[in-house]
Amino acid sequence: MSGAEDLSNKSVELKEDKQFDVEAEDNLEDDYFDPTRYLFYRDRKEWADLEPVPQDDGPNPVVKIAYSEKFSDVFDYFRALLKNDERSDRAFALTAEAIELNAANYTVWHYRRVLLQALTKDLREEMRYITAIIEEQPKNYQVWHHRRMVVEWLKDPSEELEFIADILSQDAKNYHAWQHRQWVIQEYKLWDSELEFVETLLEEDVRNNSAWNQRHFVISHTTGFSEPALVEREIQYCLTQIKKAPHNESAWNYLKGMLQDQGLSSVPGLLERVLRLKETHCSPYLLAFLFDCYEDALENSSQEENKSDEELKETLEKALEICHLLAHEKDTIRKEYWLFLGRSLKNKQGADEPAPGQQERS
Amino acid sequence: MDGVPTPLRCFNEYHSAEMLVDDGVETVTSVEQKKVERSIKEVVNVYKQMHSLPQPTLLREQHYQYLKKGLRHLSDAYECLDASRPWLCFWILHSLELLEEPIPAAVASDVCQFLSRCQSPTGGFSGGPGQHAHLAPTYAAVNALCIIGTEESYNIIDRKKLLDFLLSVKQPNGSFVMHVGGEVDVRSAYCAASVATLTNILTPKLFEDTATWILSCQNWEGGLSGVPGLEAHGGYTFCGTAALVILGKEHMLDLKALLRWVVSRQMRFEGGFQGRSNKLVDGCYSFWQAGLLPLLHRALFKEGESELSRQRWMFEQQALQEYILLCCQNPGGGAGG
Repeated sequence: MSGAEDLSNKSVELKEDKQFDVEAEDNLEDDYFDPTRYLFYRDRKEWADLEPVPQDDGPNPVVKIAYSEKFSDVFDYFRALLKNDERSDRAFALTAEAIELNAANYTVWHYRRVLLQALTKDLREEMRYITAIIEEQPKNYQVWHHRRMVVEWLKDPSEELEFIADILSQDAKNYHAWQHRQWVIQEYKLWDSELEFVETLLEEDVRNNSAWNQRHFVISHTTGFSEPALVEREIQYCLTQIKKAPHNESAWNYLKGMLQDQGLSSVPGLLERVLRLKETHCSPYLLAFLFDCYEDALENSSQEENKSDEELKETLEKALEICHLLAHEKDTIRKEYWLFLGRSLKNKQGADEPAPGQQERS
Repeated sequence: MDGVPTPLRCFNEYHSAEMLVDDGVETVTSVEQKKVERSIKEVVNVYKQMHSLPQPTLLREQHYQYLKKGLRHLSDAYECLDASRPWLCFWILHSLELLEEPIPAAVASDVCQFLSRCQSPTGGFSGGPGQHAHLAPTYAAVNALCIIGTEESYNIIDRKKLLDFLLSVKQPNGSFVMHVGGEVDVRSAYCAASVATLTNILTPKLFEDTATWILSCQNWEGGLSGVPGLEAHGGYTFCGTAALVILGKEHMLDLKALLRWVVSRQMRFEGGFQGRSNKLVDGCYSFWQAGLLPLLHRALFKEGESELSRQRWMFEQQALQEYILLCCQNPGGGAGG
């Protein structure tokens, strides 16, 4: 999410307005004046009263950016406006230019908000403006925060869900978009169609982790995860998606995430349902889930009176077997982790008999 | 190294078996992932062909030149970071320090003078001279000054005003906004905790309820989100966890769940880390994600965990190293994703 993300592309990008960087003198010969030609602020009559303020980088600058002439000119005048705390329409217009040059300049955005209020600008028009800016630069913090402020001032969230849906149609995982969406939904209680929206996104891409998160968000804030019928519905939903795409980590994480508070071993029949999937729909995620079931059974065995010592030992063995399988064959990128888990479990649950191949203590 | 090169994990005959299994269900996620895997495979193949004795190296000299130049001059491609110039100082100085390259006293002094011009009269540091104070450049500036570590650099910081600034962005629920009139997310807590401890301006009320708020960012996935309710994300998880470590409250997290989440973020084929489940690998997560493992190691140790390895962190170090050296290095110096 840092501004540095796009840097590798920047030098290749053509600067669209280079064609406009023409010296003012060139056109003084004729009487003809081309209104579409870009004029620096320093050459604009209407700005002649304002003394531009150059950036104070000091005598020996560091990290000095080779700003374009246009960039320097605009910000020299922005600094002048800021210095005088000028609250005018020309100042407002200039903030838009500054934003276009660097939409991450939060000082400019702050100033624009001050002007919006001081000049009692049309906030509906500002909504149109910020809509366009976000469409151009959807991965910027300031644009989304600005939109939130305008929505708050207008007390009108009516366009939000559709707008965000449009942004998500271009990038279904845009973190800022989801953040704004969750804020709108919570603030204005717009929960009604959200689960439906989530399901649409999951139909498009069942691997969209943001959509799975939103699913959790909606349910935890509405019905909650305590009612057994709902939990069963969600389990079925997960298993259906898993059967379609067994190597989708999101579905497995959701299944576990939803059930971990109550304890995986507390869900009757779950272990068996997953074991049945093992033959035809196996994955490292399935195996990890089985491990989690076994571990939960062992940790909560004190509450479970009908577990014999023999059963517990068997469960421990199965858990350690899975650790070994994951560490050495199925999920070797996480070898160190699985070995640790195995050692840790053995240490906690059964110090007497080491299972075969478990002595990887380093 | 005793002259016997370590066999590269990515040259192993079974490495290709780690490529994505899409189960015949193509979605945007799987298509994008496969694209990245193919390009990584290409990079590895090119490397295999070009080098008889595969030993990827850190291009120290190239990086040094890139950093040395950038500390003074940057192209107009960096206009988008004009409100983050203390970050540029920090990233460059931090990298030079890691490379064990000395910073000439004159350069260090110039950085001090520049950062001093980024300090706001009301406290904290801004993205550039004349801009408003913001927690991110405040973090960057303070840490950059600490890297320089001279009397001059420490004296730049107005500690009293810094505390005023932190208090001015503190919210009743324990969180912080990034700047006055700005947005809340867990980065702010980390920035605040970092500069407050470094400058020793901690007061009891400064971080009242902050730990609780950060904890509410740990979600069903085990990682932390930017604000409560959102997806677990590497950058935010690091910020939240590190902030809690600074505040001495990391034990309040579900460390086991966090550990499971972060180790699962290492990509089995690429070797690097992704920021979120089912998203793409990126070099930056080598820090945000992998950097969590030493923090968790210590946190678990403090909680009495006896089975921690004394040799390795709980991620595949060789795989990450290969990813960074083969896929992230720019031969002209610097690094990409």
